[in-house]
Amino acid sequence: MKILVPVKRVIDYNVKPRVKADGTGVDLANVKMSMNPFDEIAVEEAIRLKEKGVATEIVAVSVGPAKAQETLRTALAMGADRAILVQTEDEVEPLAVAKILKAIVEEETPGLVILGKQAIDDDSNQVGQMLAALTGRPQGTFASKVEVSGETVAVTREVDGGLETVSLKLPAIVTTDLRLNEPRYASLPNIMKAKSKPLATKAPSDFGVETAPRLKTLKVVEPPVRQAGIKVADVDALVAKLKELGVA
Amino acid sequence: MANVLVWVEHDNASVKDATLAAVTAAAALGDVTALVAGSGCDAAASAAAQIAGVSKVLKADDAAYANALAENVAPLISGLMAGYDAFVAPATSNGKNIAPRVAALLDVMQISDILSVEGPKTFTRPTYAGNAIATVESSDAKLVITVRGTAFAKAAATGGSASVEAAAGTGDAGLSSFVGAEIAKSERPELTSAKIIVSGGRALKDGDTFKATIFPLADKLGAAVGASRAAVDAGFVPNDYQVGQTGKIVAPEVYIAVGISGAIQHLAGMKDSKTIIAINKDEDAPIFQVADIGLVGDLFTVVPELVGKL
Repeated sequence: MKILVPVKRVIDYNVKPRVKADGTGVDLANVKMSMNPFDEIAVEEAIRLKEKGVATEIVAVSVGPAKAQETLRTALAMGADRAILVQTEDEVEPLAVAKILKAIVEEETPGLVILGKQAIDDDSNQVGQMLAALTGRPQGTFASKVEVSGETVAVTREVDGGLETVSLKLPAIVTTDLRLNEPRYASLPNIMKAKSKPLATKAPSDFGVETAPRLKTLKVVEPPVRQAGIKVADVDALVAKLKELGVA
Repeated sequence: MANVLVWVEHDNASVKDATLAAVTAAAALGDVTALVAGSGCDAAASAAAQIAGVSKVLKADDAAYANALAENVAPLISGLMAGYDAFVAPATSNGKNIAPRVAALLDVMQISDILSVEGPKTFTRPTYAGNAIATVESSDAKLVITVRGTAFAKAAATGGSASVEAAAGTGDAGLSSFVGAEIAKSERPELTSAKIIVSGGRALKDGDTFKATIFPLADKLGAAVGASRAAVDAGFVPNDYQVGQTGKIVAPEVYIAVGISGAIQHLAGMKDSKTIIAINKDEDAPIFQVADIGLVGDLFTVVPELVGKL
């Protein structure tokens, strides 16, 4: 079975995003970029399924700028077999990303598509569900466990208040949550090896997908800044404050 | 006036609170119809009919909707949307699972996790884990929206008297089935809906110390328990305790951070809490820059003393 793993190049999760002074967006110039953490988990899960003999080939795909090649090389260094970059310098919304991925799914016919539940930049949490809708496939979102057996995959999902398990007919779409696994670091030899793995470059127009945004961003602002409050001297003073708040 | 279809989060018997905030957001857009999709969901439909601001309830009662499987529910909603201008769902795990599937079926770019309604097609929403608030305007003919529950007042659960109509179902898509659920049996409230949260950080040393220190305080206050990523990475508690950019985003009435330094990732997950209380021995810890009430001290003496005096 082939697994398709879409990955996104985003601001590194350790970097504090700064809103541009003109309110047009977040300043990404000279900011460390990395693979979206949830997508790293998706790559790891695909590799584990290959190591178990469930998957035979892992194809990483990214829709993004030329530099997203680095993100794809990271996926290759972790263990993906080949990569596809759908290159565009424009920002592509989840719906258009899902349409591009649908076209790639039709070409590659993967048994599973595993991707992060959301990207930590736009926080949309949409692409996996949209891809599932467009391809008419079942979806196992927010996965903390993925077990393939025969023609189905059992996905344990992180839901409000606990876990639920659904059984999906393959082919299916799975989106990852944090508890699914702990992604490996690429070893130096594997990083070197990844440089010679195949990476194809395409454009959204190759798939006939229109990427003009449907949402217009009117402005981007920082959230209201919290002011530091007071310090209390001891536990008695803290208890008094908790009583004022009505929680004690 | 726009016609708005709202996804009702329910357990077939009663309506979950998250629905009430979604109704408030939907009412700002137009006339609200509440959709109760379930199996044996008469009681939930009756409860939805009493929500203030709901003018009609559509009840889709079918075994295929018993567990809100997106594969079965999304075609139902996208079919109903012929008569509506907007679909609004609470940003619960069901809402987040179903709404984008509906949006794609309608060829609509969804607006996730809105914080406010600024106009008929204009909304604010958090990006970058709440570090940037974007105002976005949709150019789609119809809207698909999820609503951050902590950002909207809850509509009154009673006082309304909407009519209940049956909606024709679309049956089982035959793609997926529900196997089972393990809903945490904890006596403590759920993290994302708790009014009070007590969170612990790496300073708690190890799992046993974490439990022995944080749990009694949480139980005394009737609070949920959270943790920083550092505490989760160190294995003190499971990942589902994690509050932060890659964990859960919370906004309780009171958030008590114990032995948490206040790394960016953590602050991103809790800085919208109404009152933040920090207990830390390092008076320069960044957590104090966002805390309303701070106590500088050794948590291993402060927390037990606090538990004793509550």
